[in-house]
Amino acid sequence: MALTTAPDPTRRGPGSDRAHAERRGPGRFRNSEGLAGYVFLSPWLIGLMGITAVPMLLSLYLSFTNYDILTPFSEVQWVGLANYERMFTADPSYWHAVRVTLTFALIAVPLKLAAALGVALLLNRAWRGVGVFRGLFYLPSLLGGSVALAIVWVNMFNRDGAFNSLLSLFGITGKPWVNDPDWALETLMVLAIWQFGAPMVIFLAGLKQVPTELYEAASVDGAGRFRQFRNVTLPMLSPVIFFNLVLETINGFQGFTAAFVLSNGTGGPVDSTLMYTLNLYITGFTDLNMGYASAMAWVFLLAIAVITAIFFSTGRFWVHYSDGEDR
Amino acid sequence: MVTVTPTTAAPTTAPPNARRRQGGRPVLRLLILVAIVAVVLYPLIWMVGTSLKSQEEIVNNVGLLPERFTPGNYTAGWSNFDVSFGRFFLNSAMVSLLTVIGNGLSCLLAAYAFARLRFRLRGMWFAVMIGTLLLPQHVLIVPQYILFRTLGLVGGDWPYLPLLIPQFLATEAFFVFLMVQFMRGVPRELDEAARIDGAGPFGIFRHIILPLSRPALVTTAIFSFIWTWNDFFRQLVFLSQLEDYTVPVALTLFIDSTSQSAVGPMFAMSVLSLLPVFLFFVAFQRMLVEGINTSGIKG
Repeated sequence: MALTTAPDPTRRGPGSDRAHAERRGPGRFRNSEGLAGYVFLSPWLIGLMGITAVPMLLSLYLSFTNYDILTPFSEVQWVGLANYERMFTADPSYWHAVRVTLTFALIAVPLKLAAALGVALLLNRAWRGVGVFRGLFYLPSLLGGSVALAIVWVNMFNRDGAFNSLLSLFGITGKPWVNDPDWALETLMVLAIWQFGAPMVIFLAGLKQVPTELYEAASVDGAGRFRQFRNVTLPMLSPVIFFNLVLETINGFQGFTAAFVLSNGTGGPVDSTLMYTLNLYITGFTDLNMGYASAMAWVFLLAIAVITAIFFSTGRFWVHYSDGEDR
Repeated sequence: MVTVTPTTAAPTTAPPNARRRQGGRPVLRLLILVAIVAVVLYPLIWMVGTSLKSQEEIVNNVGLLPERFTPGNYTAGWSNFDVSFGRFFLNSAMVSLLTVIGNGLSCLLAAYAFARLRFRLRGMWFAVMIGTLLLPQHVLIVPQYILFRTLGLVGGDWPYLPLLIPQFLATEAFFVFLMVQFMRGVPRELDEAARIDGAGPFGIFRHIILPLSRPALVTTAIFSFIWTWNDFFRQLVFLSQLEDYTVPVALTLFIDSTSQSAVGPMFAMSVLSLLPVFLFFVAFQRMLVEGINTSGIKG
C-alpha cells in the first residue's frame, strides 16, 4: 500500500493553507511555518542522518575493508573489492544461504498468499460470526514472529512432537523433522504459512470493494462461479494481490527468528536453515567479520531493490486499477 | 484498493441476498472454516497443554491436554536461570513501553510537519521517508552496532539506549506514514479557525492535531508495543549481560540447555511471554484487525 499510494505532499487542493498564508501578507506566516516545519521534523531528520544515512555510508565503506570489531579504526585495511569477490567466487556457504532464502520465499510466499486468499473467499460473505473467524485467523500473525512460538514450532515437529503423534493416528511413523536437513526448512515454511491471517485481512478488505453489480452482470451473461472468480474477482483484486505479494516477498527474505531458534543460531542442520539474514548475523557477530558482513548487507539491499523494481515493472501487465488511474 | 487511512469508514457490504446466489452451501463452508480454525489453534493449545504437563507426561502422553494439571513448570521456569524471569519480563516491559512513548512522540511530530506544514524540500524529505519504509533492519545492524559501540553505549551502564534511541528519532517510518495519512483526514477548517484565533503552527499542533490524533496514536502504541515485545534480532545483537536480557533473548537460553527436563519450563515461559500479546489481541481485536490494513508492512 505504502508503495503504491504514496501521496504527493506537494499537491495542494483549493483552499489549502498556502492560499490562506498568502492572504495574510507577504510570506510572514510562511516563513515561520517553514521554520516550524523543520523544528517538528528535527527528530526525524536527526534519526535519518544518524540512524540511517551515516550507518549506510559507513557500511558501504566497511564493505571495502577487512574490519572486525576488535581492531581500532586507524588500523582498518582497505581491501578493495575483495569482500565482493569472495562472496561471488569463493564462498559456497554464501550461495547456499542465497539458495535457502530463495527456496523459502518462492515456496512459502505463494502458498501463504493462496491460503490467505482462499480463506478470505470463504469468509467474504455478510453473515454473523465472520468477525470471530477473522480474529482467530489473524492471531497467528501476531504471535508467529516471536521466539516463543518458534520454540513451540520446533518442538511440535520434533521426534515426540504433536505432528508425529498426529501422523501416528494414521499409522505413519514420523521422524524428527527439524533435525532432518531435507525437512527442517519445510517446517519453517509451514510456520510462515500458518501466519496467513495478515494478508487474509487485507484480501478481505479488497474483496469488499468489488462491486456486486459486476458479479450480477457476469451471472446474467451466464458465467459460472469459476469464471466469475477468474474474470471478476481476480482482476478486481489484482492491486491487493500485488501489494501482498511485494510485502510478503520482502518479509520472506528477512526471516530470521525461527531459523535462529531451530538451529540454535547455526543455520543447521547441515546449513539447511541458513537464511540470508542468519548468515549475515553469523558472519558479523559470531565470526566478527564485519567488513564482509557489510558487503553482504549491501548486496542484500540491492537485491531487494531489484526484486521490488521487477515487481513494479511487471505489475503493469497484470495489475488492474479500476479507476484507470496509475497509482 | 485497500483503505489506507484509519479514518475511512468500512466499505459497505453488499446485502446478503445479493450475495447468496454465488455462495456455496453455508453448512459446508462453516465446516471447512471450523476445520481451519482447528489447524490454526492446534499449536497454541498444544503449547498451553504441554506447559502444564509433568515431565513424565511430556514424554508419554502425546495428547493435547495433560491428564493431571501440573503448574510446577511455571515456578521451575521462572527461576531456571541465575536471573529470575521476573527480571526479564521487567526489562521487556520497560523497553516496550519506552518504545511506545518514543514512537508516539517522535512520529507524531514528524507526521505533523509532513501533513500540515509547508517548508522547503518537504516533498523530497517525504519521498525519502517513504523510501526508508522498505529498508530492512538487517542491512543497518552492523554499522549501527559499530556506531553505538564507538559511543560507548553497547553494554554500557544502561544497555537499552541502542534499542531506544532510534525509536525516539522517528525511524519507524511506517508509523510516520500512518499518522500522516490519518492527519490528512482531519479537516483543515479547524486549522484555519485556530489560525484566525491567533494560533501559530505550535498552537495548532497543541490544540487541534494532538487531541484529534488520538486514534492514530493508539494504533501506533499497540503495534509498537507488540512488535517490540516480540522483536528478537535487535535485542539479541545489543544485549550481552544476562541481567539485561529481555524475554525473547532469555528464552533462547533454554535452547542451549537441550536436556529433555527443560522442555516443560521452556514451554511455561513461552506461554507467559505470549500472554501480553494475547491480552492485547483480546482487548483490541477489532482495532488490530482493522489496523492491519495499514500495517501489512510488518505483518
